[in-house]
Amino acid sequence: MVELADEVKAYSDVICALAEEHEEIVLLVADMTKPYFLMPMVEKLGRRFINTGVAEQNLMGISAGLATCGKRAYAHTYTPFAVLRACEQVRDDIAYTEQRVVIAGMCSGINMGTGGSTHQATEDIGILRAMPHMVIMTPADARESAKIARASYEIDHKGPIFIRLGRYPTPVVYQEDYDWEFGKGVTVREGKDLTIIATGHMVYYALEATKILEKEGIDARLIDIHTIKPIDREIIVKAAEETGAIVTAEEHNVLGGFGAAVSEVVVQECPVPVEMVGIRDLWCSVGPTEEMYEKFELTEPYVAEAARKVLKRKK
Amino acid sequence: MMEVFMVDNSAGAKAKIEMLEEKARELRRKVIEVLGNSTGGHYGGALSAADALSVLYFDIMKYRTDEPDWPDRDRFVLSKGHVAVVFCSALSMAGFFPYEDVLNDYNALGSPYAMHCDMTKIRGCDFSAGSLGHGLSAGVGMALAGKMDQKDYKVFVMIGDADLQEGSTYEAAMSAAHYRLDNLCCIIDRNRICVDGPTEDIMAIEPVQDKWKAFNWKIATIDGHNIGEVRDAVLNMPAGSGRPYAILANTVKGKGVSFMEDRHEWHYGKCTPEQTKAALEEIG
Repeated sequence: MVELADEVKAYSDVICALAEEHEEIVLLVADMTKPYFLMPMVEKLGRRFINTGVAEQNLMGISAGLATCGKRAYAHTYTPFAVLRACEQVRDDIAYTEQRVVIAGMCSGINMGTGGSTHQATEDIGILRAMPHMVIMTPADARESAKIARASYEIDHKGPIFIRLGRYPTPVVYQEDYDWEFGKGVTVREGKDLTIIATGHMVYYALEATKILEKEGIDARLIDIHTIKPIDREIIVKAAEETGAIVTAEEHNVLGGFGAAVSEVVVQECPVPVEMVGIRDLWCSVGPTEEMYEKFELTEPYVAEAARKVLKRKK
Repeated sequence: MMEVFMVDNSAGAKAKIEMLEEKARELRRKVIEVLGNSTGGHYGGALSAADALSVLYFDIMKYRTDEPDWPDRDRFVLSKGHVAVVFCSALSMAGFFPYEDVLNDYNALGSPYAMHCDMTKIRGCDFSAGSLGHGLSAGVGMALAGKMDQKDYKVFVMIGDADLQEGSTYEAAMSAAHYRLDNLCCIIDRNRICVDGPTEDIMAIEPVQDKWKAFNWKIATIDGHNIGEVRDAVLNMPAGSGRPYAILANTVKGKGVSFMEDRHEWHYGKCTPEQTKAALEEIG
């Protein structure tokens, strides 16, 4: 039985504690108090808790205005609404103005399977990555989500910070505490034959894939890139140099997303073969979450197959 | 219920209005000079906005030119960001930076002074703008911060006709009333003309007054070129009422230059040297 934990709850626990401690934090939701486990904060924060109703453009604009007055605004809504509907507010009002606003997007990727494509986000990394001053972080599991939540308050940064969250509990990757640093990838497993570079929930499937590969005598390194922007170039280049082949894994369209970000580093600094696991430029339609990853070829057999494929290309 | 509207008939008011009229004239001169000296720009909307800016920057608003980030200052957000030329001229006249910098560098490569205002580059600019329909939300955020911090600063947002065609403006209007932001004033520069022609032909936005009332705002409808009326309207901001405040300023696109007035062709343009000379002579 796979152990699951809720990364949204883990994020929320940290943010609620920070908000109680730091007067400048303002929590904002677009009618999303319950999904983010923020109910206790409505009364505790009083004026510092703002519900815009279902008006995501206003959510972002208000957050920007608050930030210009020294507030640390945390804007909460589903990723498709934050990044697509309110895209221009994120770009013009927060990124262009260099305002410190944290945008915590739920329903990233295909985690909210039953919601269908309108409630999934498989293009957000590509969109946000192209905005100057943008930070993008995504947790592999609940433990990492808590670390990202804390970093969103502590890091030195002028501009928006996007946290890419799922919807439902996801498999646990990190059983115990580990060293985590903003902007630095985590080597989850050492290996010499190739490197799987994964982000978000795909770290779990990639970890399972390394077990399949191990049985076949393939020694795969696994790196968790929790900070997609700014990306850890050093760990990627080292992996390319030392293992000579790379598989990227993301819960996002392979066009313009995480695999593209890793590839940009590889082709410029140490060209080696790269295979990408991700959504193949499709609308992912509807399905129970646990069946979605299999249906859209993101689970461990597909990561393992990409590894075999890239090894054939390795010189 | 009739809204109470107080008029300032004090002894000092007349002299103040004359001073503000002169400032507005100077703003219009600067708009013509700067755009004539550069690659052109948005004459029509800049000239329609000049009187309200004069009242705000030279009579009403609290700010410190030597401390642009003063936390207690009144805020101004120019949502119709394409008329940055008149806004930057006002900031220069207020003393935030020399007017010559605007005159010489407007639209130049890397210049802070250009078609749209950038808060990261312009001293005294409280928010960036460009794409329409953004400013009022930012103003709501600033007003909410003021309430949280129990500060008495006011937030002024100037929007144009096109902001009233953007749906996001109504999201902001709804939230300002919900959060009872009586420290927020939205000035609607209603010059009635957009890029393609009269707003009511292109996409009707009337009845503007009824819409803001329906959103539970207090609204004053005035002649936006009568400085005394503009000033009285701003002074009537209902502090403590729990209601946000809109001033529907009926204005004329291109006001003050007869060959530009009410002509959508002068939404954006470039004067010939002869036209610049004629416009400056007419403004006086």
